[in-house]
Amino acid sequence: MSEKIAIQVDDLTVAYNYKPVLWDIDLVVPEAVLMAIVGPNGAGKSTLIKSILGIIDPIAGSVSIYGKPYKKQRQLVAYVPQKGSVDWDFPTTALDVVMMGTYGTLGWIKRPGKKEKKASLEALEKVGMLSFKNRQISQLSGGQQQRVFLARALVQNASIYFMDEPFQGVDATTEIAIINILKELRKAGKTVVVVHHDLQTVPEYFDWVTFLNVKKIATGPVKDIFNDDNLTKTYGINYKVAVNK
Amino acid sequence: MSNPQIEIQLIAVVVAVACAIPGVFLVLRKMSLISDAISHSILPGLVLGFFITQDLNSPLLIILAAFTGIITVVLVEWIQKTGLVKEDTAIGLVFPALFSVGVILIAKNANDVHLDVDAVLLGELAFAPFDRLMVSGMDVGPKSLWMMGLILVITVTLLLLFFKELKISTFDVGLSSALGFSPAILHYGLMSISSVTVVGAFEAVGAILVVALMIAPAATSYLLTSNLKKMLVLSVLFGVFSAITGYWVAHWLDASIAGSISTMLGLVFLIVYLFAPSKGLIAVVYRQKQQQIEVSLLTFLLHLNNHTEENERHLNHLREHINWQKIKAKSVVDLAVRNNLIVINNQVVSLTEKGNDFTSIALDYIITNKDEKIEHLKDDFFLFRG
Repeated sequence: MSEKIAIQVDDLTVAYNYKPVLWDIDLVVPEAVLMAIVGPNGAGKSTLIKSILGIIDPIAGSVSIYGKPYKKQRQLVAYVPQKGSVDWDFPTTALDVVMMGTYGTLGWIKRPGKKEKKASLEALEKVGMLSFKNRQISQLSGGQQQRVFLARALVQNASIYFMDEPFQGVDATTEIAIINILKELRKAGKTVVVVHHDLQTVPEYFDWVTFLNVKKIATGPVKDIFNDDNLTKTYGINYKVAVNK
Repeated sequence: MSNPQIEIQLIAVVVAVACAIPGVFLVLRKMSLISDAISHSILPGLVLGFFITQDLNSPLLIILAAFTGIITVVLVEWIQKTGLVKEDTAIGLVFPALFSVGVILIAKNANDVHLDVDAVLLGELAFAPFDRLMVSGMDVGPKSLWMMGLILVITVTLLLLFFKELKISTFDVGLSSALGFSPAILHYGLMSISSVTVVGAFEAVGAILVVALMIAPAATSYLLTSNLKKMLVLSVLFGVFSAITGYWVAHWLDASIAGSISTMLGLVFLIVYLFAPSKGLIAVVYRQKQQQIEVSLLTFLLHLNNHTEENERHLNHLREHINWQKIKAKSVVDLAVRNNLIVINNQVVSLTEKGNDFTSIALDYIITNKDEKIEHLKDDFFLFRG
C-alpha cells in the first residue's frame, strides 16, 4: 500500500424517489488495496459503486479518481457489474464479451482490431477460459460467466477495478481462481473494490474493508477495523465472527 | 413482370430491410411492444404534418411523426418511472391516447383528402408506384421508393458506424455507461431511427403490419443463431424473402400485399420455431426425451456399479428390480451397448472399463457440480449440456 489516494468520495448522497439510499458518504481508498464493501441488503453497496462510476447521478457530493473527476479518468477504471444484470441469452460469444472491455479505449465508432483480439484472448487465458472462447454465453456455467466478466475487466488494463458481487453463484474453484487474480492485481499496484457478501472470508481475501449501511460505518485496514463492534453497528445485530488477527 | 410490379417488389424489399435492422435491437432489448406503440402514436404527427404541407411524402411529415414517436417513448418511460404502473400498462395507456387524437383530427378535417383510417392501419403497397418523384420534369421512380431508400441508407450507415456501441449498450447498460457510451443517447438514437422507419414504412404497409416487419424477422433469426451479426443478416434475408414471396402470394390470391407479406413472415417464423436446430420446438422436445433416457441410463449404470453379484445383473432381474417397462428398459440397454458402456454375456450385464469411468465421472459431476471434467462428454450426451 502506498500513500497515494486512488478513490476519494466526498459527501456523496444518492436518493431513489426522494428516499436516500446513500447518505453523506465520505470515503478515501488508498492505492493498491484489495477492499471489500460489506453491509446488509439494501445498504447501498452497488449504488455506491454505480455512483462512483457515474452510472447513477448523486443528488449531492463529488467523486474523484486519482484527483480528477471520473469522466476524465474513465481509462483508469474497470467495472464488473452483477452477473444478473445482463441477459445471458444475448447472441454473442465469450470472446466477444471480453472484447467489449476494449471498447472504452477505442472510443466511439472505432472498431476493435487484431490488437484488441489478442489482448482479449490473453485475458481469457488468464482466467482459464481460452478453450471456451467461441462458446455462446448462455452455454456457460455461472462460474464460467463470472470468469468471462473478470477477463473483460482485465482487458481494460485499468488501475482501479470495481466488482459487484463477483462471487455470487460461482463454484468454489472459480471463487479461488478469482480471488487469486485479484490478489495479483493488488500486488501489481492496482486498487480493487469488491462488493462482498460472505463475512467469513473477509479477513482471508481482503486487506481493506468498508462497512456500509446507508451511511458509512467505518473504513480502513481489515486487521484494525474488522471487529464485532463495527459488524454490530452495520448489521444491527450482535455478529460473532471469528477474527483471528 | 411489368414495371409497376418490379417497383412494388422493390419498395417491399427496401421496407422489409429497413424495418428488420432496428427490429433486431428492439427484440434484444425486449422492446417489441414499443414498436407497436410508436407505429400507432405517430398518427397525430403525420396528420399535423399533412395539414401543413398537404403532401404525404413531405420530409416535414416524417420529422413531425418521428417526433411523436419519441414523445411516445418518453411518455411511456415517464409513466413507468412513477412506479404506479408497469411498462406494458404504460404502453397501453400512451399509444391509444395519441392514436385517437390522430383519428379525431382526420375525421374532423381530412374527410375530403386521401388520408383515411383504413390506409393508416393497413397501407396500400399496390398504389405506391402511382405517386412519382419528378426531378426537373423527369420521372425518376416512385416517391416512396426514394424515401424508404433514403431511410435505409441512413439506417445502414448508422448501424455500421455504431454497431459496437449498440451492441454493448444492449447487452450491458452498466458497462456501456461506465465506459462513456451513454445508454440514453443510444436508446433515443435507436428510438428515433425506429420512429423514422415506421413513418416511412407505414404508408406502404400500414401501422399494424409494420410491427410484423420489425419484430418477426428478428424473432425468427434469434432462434437460429448466437451471433449478433449473423442475426442481423438473417433478419434482413427473412425480410426480403417474405417481401417477395408475399407479393406473389398476394398476386396469386388477389389479396392485400401487406397482409400477404405479414402472413409469410408468420409462416417463416412458425417453420423456424418448429425446426430450428437447437432452439426449435422439435429439437427441445427431442432433447428432453434424450435427457430422460440418459438419466435412466445413469441410474442403470449406478445399479450395475453397486452390485457385483450376478443375479443382480441378470437382464430379466434388472427389469423387475429397477421396475421399468420393457420398452424403456430396452432403449436404455441399447443406448448403453451402443456407447460401449456395458457388455452382455448370457443375459448377464457387466460394465466395461469405459462404463466404469463414465459412471464415476458422472457421479462426481452430480456430487460436485464441477463442469471441467465433463466437457468432453457434452458432445455425446445431452444430459451434461445443462
